[in-house]
Amino acid sequence: MMPTELRTVRDPAKRSMLLTALYIAQEQYGYLTREAVERVASRLDLPVTEVYSMASFYSLYRTQPTGRYVLQVCEGLSCHLVGGADRLVDYLSKKLGIKAGETTKDGLFTLETVQCLASCGTSPAVRVNDALYENMTMEKIDELLETLRGYHV
Amino acid sequence: MFEKVLTRNCSLPRSESVDTYIANGGYQALSKALREYTPEQLIDVVTASGLRGRGGAGFPAGRKWSFMPKDPQVVKYVCVNTDEGEPGTFKDRELVEKDPHQIIEGVIIASYAVGAPRAFVYIRGEFFLGVKRWIKAIDDAYAKGFLGKNILGSSFSLDLSVHRGAGAYICGEETALIESLEGKRGQPRKKPPYPANVGLWGKPTLVHNVETLANVPHIVNRGAQWYAGIGTPKSTGSKIFCVSGHVRNRGIFELPLGVPLREIIYEQAGGMAFDKKLKAVIPGGASTPMLTPQQLDTPMAFETLEAAGSMLGTGAVIVMNEDTCMVDVARRLMRFFAYESCGHCTPCRAGTQRMLEVLERLEGGKGKPGDVESLEEIARGIAGRTFCPMGDAAVNPILSGLKLFRDEYDYHVKYKRCAVA
Repeated sequence: MMPTELRTVRDPAKRSMLLTALYIAQEQYGYLTREAVERVASRLDLPVTEVYSMASFYSLYRTQPTGRYVLQVCEGLSCHLVGGADRLVDYLSKKLGIKAGETTKDGLFTLETVQCLASCGTSPAVRVNDALYENMTMEKIDELLETLRGYHV
Repeated sequence: MFEKVLTRNCSLPRSESVDTYIANGGYQALSKALREYTPEQLIDVVTASGLRGRGGAGFPAGRKWSFMPKDPQVVKYVCVNTDEGEPGTFKDRELVEKDPHQIIEGVIIASYAVGAPRAFVYIRGEFFLGVKRWIKAIDDAYAKGFLGKNILGSSFSLDLSVHRGAGAYICGEETALIESLEGKRGQPRKKPPYPANVGLWGKPTLVHNVETLANVPHIVNRGAQWYAGIGTPKSTGSKIFCVSGHVRNRGIFELPLGVPLREIIYEQAGGMAFDKKLKAVIPGGASTPMLTPQQLDTPMAFETLEAAGSMLGTGAVIVMNEDTCMVDVARRLMRFFAYESCGHCTPCRAGTQRMLEVLERLEGGKGKPGDVESLEEIARGIAGRTFCPMGDAAVNPILSGLKLFRDEYDYHVKYKRCAVA
């Protein structure tokens, strides 16, 4: 009893590199541009639509450009219970002048809400690109934004 | 005082390093397993220990191992599930970041027991430090001869590598994890066949949660009898409980299974923050039905929580005080499930969206008469009718919330606001 896919895909190990390939392409191009997706598809012998289907399924892949820093505020229950989630999103929204899902005009920050970041014991949590910030407060948000802006003066 | 097993190294300096692990008795179980046990004997030991899966379902680990075909000609795989995403749960992240070698040792022993020459770590994409810790730990294990060809001079060889997920809760379900490892959308497969028969690339595959595997070296080192002596007869061993919400000391507490919920909240976690009254507890992560203060003496074990109408799940205890609006809680949990539904089957895909719409309406002060009834009807229509267990998971907080706090839902419809401050 072999799943159908196995009989049709020539090299299953090659296909399994797709998630990794998309990460690499995303890092090189900044986000998954049409060209990036086409290159991944051609390297892995897959239809372009198939690669897009993957990119849209997994939330860490982006097919639209983002700011230099993506601020992901966890809106999970454990963050909400200790005064995170909405309050932090509202605060960041006001400070940056953007709503969740938007990018600042200078291209520095994108604000997003995300589901549980597995920091429930140290909530509220905010993830900035690949770094996790725990036990967040408004003051710590201020400091963080200042530090990140400082890199681009 | 209970002796910590899984987290005993976590507070040591540089606990993640291979040297710290070896200095504290690490990899002795591996050596013992390879020298003194046949694979069949190891399966017997793990079966006798009573170890049950720690990812949420609690399936007996020894039985899972014994389902793997014994034919040495058949290629087999082992997968390490580090796709921790259940709201309230943060134990696997801790184990990977603080003591990855304990898990690796468990992986090697499990792979030897089921005869798999190749194992994969599947880790949640968001866990960047976890990915780094896994890679470093695996490199070090290769350098010390614990991985690779002829491990510790035995005839057993194993390769282990890390595969990074990309943001999808559903990939924690074992068949979705396998799909994702194969480079596909993480949508669950139909079961049966189970992964032990048809798994990764169609081959028999053993999938285990990180915490489950971390138990294995200790069982081999100290014996099945010792392990079975911890906990309850049906839920043996120790468990890492993740406590979050309105308690004084949130965090991770390793305790024997069967510990009363009251002890976790009032002794380990220091009781309720600001001395507020306890209103409800989610005992095992977002997918498990809620418990009330009257159920505080429930022992935290698989069978006792089931008897109490809930589940042990991942052991993620979310504590809520008297000021918590239970409709708001349901809405937040439903945002999670609606966002994370993989879209494969209609009851889950459409049902979670419809439930979320009703909950947003209630919370937004726009609830209409009939909304609460409709919410219940949708929830009952999803339960038991989805392709994978995620549908049931999504309705658990709704149905248990409706049962316990129905008046709060009705209050939202009548007064267009929360019953609490």
